[in-house]
Amino acid sequence: MINFISKLGRNKLALFGAIVILLIVILSIITPVLNLVNPNEVNTANRFIKPFNETHWLGTDHLGRDVLSRLLWGTQLSLVVGFLAALFAAVIGSLLGIIAGSLGGRLDNIIMRTIDVLMSFPYVLLALAIVAVLGPSLMNALIAVAIVNIPFFARNVRGVTITLTNSDFINASRLSGRSQTEILFFEIFPNVTPVIVVSFSTTVGWMILETAGLSFLGLGSQPPQSDLGSMLGDGRSSLIIHPHTSLIPGIMIFIIVMGINLLGDGIRDALDPRLNQGSLTRSKPMTDVARVKIPTKRSNALLEVNSLETKFKLNKNEFKAIENITFQIDKGECLAIVGESGSGKSVTALSIASLISSPPGMISNGSVWYKDEELLGLTYNKMRQLRGKKISYIFQDPLTSLHPLKTIGHQLIETIRTHGNLRTKDASRISVGLLEEVRISNPNLVMGSFPHQISGGMRQRIIIAMALSNNPDLIIADEPTTALDVTVQAQILKILENLRKERGLSVLFISHDLNVVSQISKKIIVMYAGEIVEYGDTDKILNKPLHPYTKALLNCSPDLNSKKLLISPIPGNPPLITEQIIGCKFAKRCSKKTSSCLEKIILIKKINDRQLRCINPV
Amino acid sequence: MLSYILKRIFSAIPVLLGVTLIVYFIISLIPGDPATAILGSFATPENVKILNSQLGLDKPIWQRYFIWLYNILQGDFGRSFSLNRPVIDEILERFNATIILSGTSFVICSILGILFGILSAAYQYSFIDKLITFIVLVGISIPSFFLGMMLILYFAVSVRWFPVSGMYSLYGGGGLWDLINHLVMPSITLSLVALGVIARLVRSSMLEVLRLDYIKTARAKGVKETRVILSHALRSAIITILPILGLQAGFVLSGSVYIEIVFQWPGIGRMLVDAILTRDIMLVQGGVLFIALCYVLFNILVDILQLWLDPRLLRK
Repeated sequence: MINFISKLGRNKLALFGAIVILLIVILSIITPVLNLVNPNEVNTANRFIKPFNETHWLGTDHLGRDVLSRLLWGTQLSLVVGFLAALFAAVIGSLLGIIAGSLGGRLDNIIMRTIDVLMSFPYVLLALAIVAVLGPSLMNALIAVAIVNIPFFARNVRGVTITLTNSDFINASRLSGRSQTEILFFEIFPNVTPVIVVSFSTTVGWMILETAGLSFLGLGSQPPQSDLGSMLGDGRSSLIIHPHTSLIPGIMIFIIVMGINLLGDGIRDALDPRLNQGSLTRSKPMTDVARVKIPTKRSNALLEVNSLETKFKLNKNEFKAIENITFQIDKGECLAIVGESGSGKSVTALSIASLISSPPGMISNGSVWYKDEELLGLTYNKMRQLRGKKISYIFQDPLTSLHPLKTIGHQLIETIRTHGNLRTKDASRISVGLLEEVRISNPNLVMGSFPHQISGGMRQRIIIAMALSNNPDLIIADEPTTALDVTVQAQILKILENLRKERGLSVLFISHDLNVVSQISKKIIVMYAGEIVEYGDTDKILNKPLHPYTKALLNCSPDLNSKKLLISPIPGNPPLITEQIIGCKFAKRCSKKTSSCLEKIILIKKINDRQLRCINPV
Repeated sequence: MLSYILKRIFSAIPVLLGVTLIVYFIISLIPGDPATAILGSFATPENVKILNSQLGLDKPIWQRYFIWLYNILQGDFGRSFSLNRPVIDEILERFNATIILSGTSFVICSILGILFGILSAAYQYSFIDKLITFIVLVGISIPSFFLGMMLILYFAVSVRWFPVSGMYSLYGGGGLWDLINHLVMPSITLSLVALGVIARLVRSSMLEVLRLDYIKTARAKGVKETRVILSHALRSAIITILPILGLQAGFVLSGSVYIEIVFQWPGIGRMLVDAILTRDIMLVQGGVLFIALCYVLFNILVDILQLWLDPRLLRK
């Protein structure tokens, strides 16, 4: 509860709404003791006095009644009626929802079908029909508005109740011998309450508008009783000559409803942040770069990454996902990065073409050189022209990385046409050729298919075809085979390997699978907790790992050829991104740890045939 | 495809029947004896009985419902006593006006709502996003009838850009230009509420979609950001937006009742309010039923459109 209020208090707009509503509520509570003129006292001699008059601060209306007094009494009435209507709808709707959701079966069916039918009326028409039957009066308007809103509550509450009744903790409670009623009161009801409160707070403003609306039409409050809606209705006939009689009640309704809406949104965000999708932050098309200096190019490699560092911002704290990443890829070379999940492999891969989502991501140090261009300093437009043209990506999950609503052909043709002035017909011809190149047997059929219509292996081949479509120099493959089964995996690897040889492609291959890596790449980088721990030739590292982590990683990957069937997992877990560790980040899980491992920062050093970040190698 | 559409149309039949049932049920709750109401309180019991059997009121209620339903299907919605003409004639005469107003408003709020939502998502947290958020807040908080009155006060009375009310000018009116001139203010007023709801939803679903993997793929392909937003993200977002557009049609039809009163627009909404005030129940029943049926049919169309936009629905 305290947590809820402090969350609400931090939301400035909600706080503003709350203050406005509080003031209005206080005003209508003290209205009876304010010693106001009788709101219904008619004095036709003083009709239409303009506002800011000494005796009538807000003037008088067409019958000479005091507008201020009528406004305050009307506000009170509108608030009470709107609130009661919402309360009525909430209680009955929620009850129906809980009953339907928890009992299910035929009763649920009847209730929900009725609600479907009620919801297929434009709501005011249903309210009008109800008022038509009951007769115009404020009470009947209240009933009508409440009934019209019952389905909304019933639907929301039923949905949550059903999820709850099927949840594990309710099942556990049932098994522990609690009766249906007990479960309903002690388990379901407390968990449904936030949903009811959120639905209530986001609809009460609406219901005040609706009851005011019915009164405006003359179907709600009847003279002499009058709420804000009927004041506005009365004012309409003299709108043009004496606008103050309509302006004043209208502005009051507006202020009340706006205050309630602001507060309601705040309550929703505080109680159920998941509902507030508007708070999602849109990622920029390019990662933010904030670095002090740009490391210069040192080699002739096709791609050179220097001291790369990428941070993520979470709740105002910054965490380094990767740091001090330095490597090169030559033309036609394949370099692999391996490591557990969370080691920073993908962050490294995505940082190269500035594809890390910003916010929360940010490149905070280092440089990326492609030929003679420094990629992190490029303008968006230059970077965009490189992406998919010179440097292309293959992502892990081929289902989620293809657009589900566009045909394969469309997506391939788009890739080609983005980087060249080709006609659709020519791009289409090239696409078919590419599909053949990745061994798709019926390319013309596949061109017209949607991603959900073809298999996972086919999808990944399409992604590869897409990556190839503009004849890139470098392909960055981020776990391209992880989501696939073993036989398909082998096919995909073979295709990639052949293409690399035929086209002289450079490949940066990200994987957690050492077996896969040993098949495809000559050089290998082992990453742990955002750092490179070992970097060198694949066969040398795999045959004689020097870093205890590399060795541990090898020990937990099964090697079917050497009959070594015993797998030894690495004890413990990788450090969290939030953990601050001086020295070796692997020390906590390392069998060769000494006290000096954690004393000072351990630098990566060149040792014989490789680079190594360890002071006690295997 | 065709079988899906047919299935969707058939599945609407229970809903349509339900709508007629509810209208019939509500109206049959009215206390009092229609025959006495028609003949007046001095009618002899014999005459009341004769009229009752003429009207079929001596039959059990479910039988009466089916007779009533049969008549509705024939287009016979009964007779309005206050206007002394068949209800259906009056409805059809006013239907045009309601459709012109609601249809225009629906088109305005859909187009502007989607546009505002896209802008708001594309330029998140910028000035334009804040401005749109503010317009949305005003849109869902201001009573439409009040906004309409304020527009009349300024644009019709003070600066005299548009006529105060009505659908056509009394003298020399009747052309398309005249109609458009009269349509501007009511349709803008009517579209504002729904516009707010749509813009909010478009913004949030765009933001949701923009986080997905295939947006990253599109960016990695080098697709221009405007195209990423307008083609890739919007294409997916529209699927969540479309059903909400269907619902908003109900809001627009509902709001048209107020707007028709404020701007003296000769539509069904105004007819309904007058009918309630004169207690012309047959007219109320006919009007409510007619609009509700149109709304259900419109939502079937939306569902079919949805099918065309989302090929995944056809899987199975």
